[in-house]
Amino acid sequence: MSRLRTGSLLLAMVVLTTACSGGIQPWVKPYERDRLADPIMAWDRDALSAGFLDHVYESREGSRGGTGAAGGGCGCN
Amino acid sequence: MVHGARADVLPDSRADLFYSKYSGGGMDINTYEASARAKIGEDFSVDYSYLVDKVSGASIDVLSNASVIKDERKQNSFDVTFVHDKTTYTLGFSNSKERDYISNTPHISLSQDMFGDLTTVTLGFSRSRDKVGENDGTAFAPNVVWLGHAESRSYDVGLSQILTRNLIAGVTVEVITDDGYLANPYRSIRYLDPTAAKGYSLAAQVYPDTRTSTAVEGRLKYYLPYRAAATVVYRYFRDTWAIVGNTLEFDYTQPIRNRWIFEGRFRYYKQSAASFYSDLFPYAGSQNYEARDKDLAASQNFTYGLKATYAWLPDGWKVFKRSTVSLDISQIRFKYLDFRDIKDYDNSPAGGSYAPGTEPLYSFTATIYQGYLSVFF
Repeated sequence: MSRLRTGSLLLAMVVLTTACSGGIQPWVKPYERDRLADPIMAWDRDALSAGFLDHVYESREGSRGGTGAAGGGCGCN
Repeated sequence: MVHGARADVLPDSRADLFYSKYSGGGMDINTYEASARAKIGEDFSVDYSYLVDKVSGASIDVLSNASVIKDERKQNSFDVTFVHDKTTYTLGFSNSKERDYISNTPHISLSQDMFGDLTTVTLGFSRSRDKVGENDGTAFAPNVVWLGHAESRSYDVGLSQILTRNLIAGVTVEVITDDGYLANPYRSIRYLDPTAAKGYSLAAQVYPDTRTSTAVEGRLKYYLPYRAAATVVYRYFRDTWAIVGNTLEFDYTQPIRNRWIFEGRFRYYKQSAASFYSDLFPYAGSQNYEARDKDLAASQNFTYGLKATYAWLPDGWKVFKRSTVSLDISQIRFKYLDFRDIKDYDNSPAGGSYAPGTEPLYSFTATIYQGYLSVFF
């Protein structure tokens, strides 16, 4: 567990350090992002619906987390 | 322009009215939600949502314990978001209340754009304090006995990365630790009991009072050679109760002009059982920890889903930028690999023709309808 946490922290630090040094040039230019800006490319177009489905699964499966939605309550009787 | 000095931008203000109906496994849940997000200037936004779940019926493992549930859950969530340069800060609080369960969850997250906005790193933390009770009265004359508290802490790190002009990737790692009363008081274990007519008896579950889980999810989203998007999501999960879960999901999104967006979804999930789970224990107290909650059994499920979004104001009207209405139908087929269906075999002769532990494995299908109206302004 603690090894995993240290590993994640280390990775975050490496990413941040590289970012701050400005060593990487963006290889997809802002004017090339028209397709990525299309609403169909959003991770979750409808957060309410995505959060609701996450809650449905979380209440009925042993797995939880990793999807970016916050829980609350059980509703699992 | 290469290192654009543009600050991060908050999404449009938006209001939603949401309804959903879940039916399956003997349960009916109607969910009503109203939600609004309003930008205040360019740097601030506030979100509020109010949700009511109306639950009736009860699932199989509750039925075999002869109690039927009629309950309501109300949830209030409030978020404040602030953008400064390339950093987005969010602070929020959520409260969920049922007659026999109260949960309070503050959360905080920080999101940073970098590499000319090709990369977004997100760090999040939330902590929930839950009060767990049991209604040992009836649905109409409740008598809630408070059993204990549970505390949960969640840490997540996320990365979203533009890979090409058609492809984005995302990774999230979330670690959750729990401490306290973690069992579901309405569910029971069963154990072999030669003195009972059915050959088994029921007893209370005993759970460990700690749990730590890790979930890692990877996502890819691709803009196809024509205007449509394909998504693949994989999640690996494991916890200290020995549950290992694998989730695989495919989505396909197809817009038609500026009026319609159609989406198809397929999801597969499989998990192994918790180390202290058994469908039938040899005798009561045969282990320190004992559970027969089907969520901890080995299981798998498939979801098929279809969603249609129609923009009835695609070009906006007065202060409204646009407005959409969405319908979503999903079906989930749950199949349990070591949880048996004991509900239907209570009639005379006791236990039916099945000896304990030879009943058919349990399975059920759930259907979920969602409908919502969204206004952007």
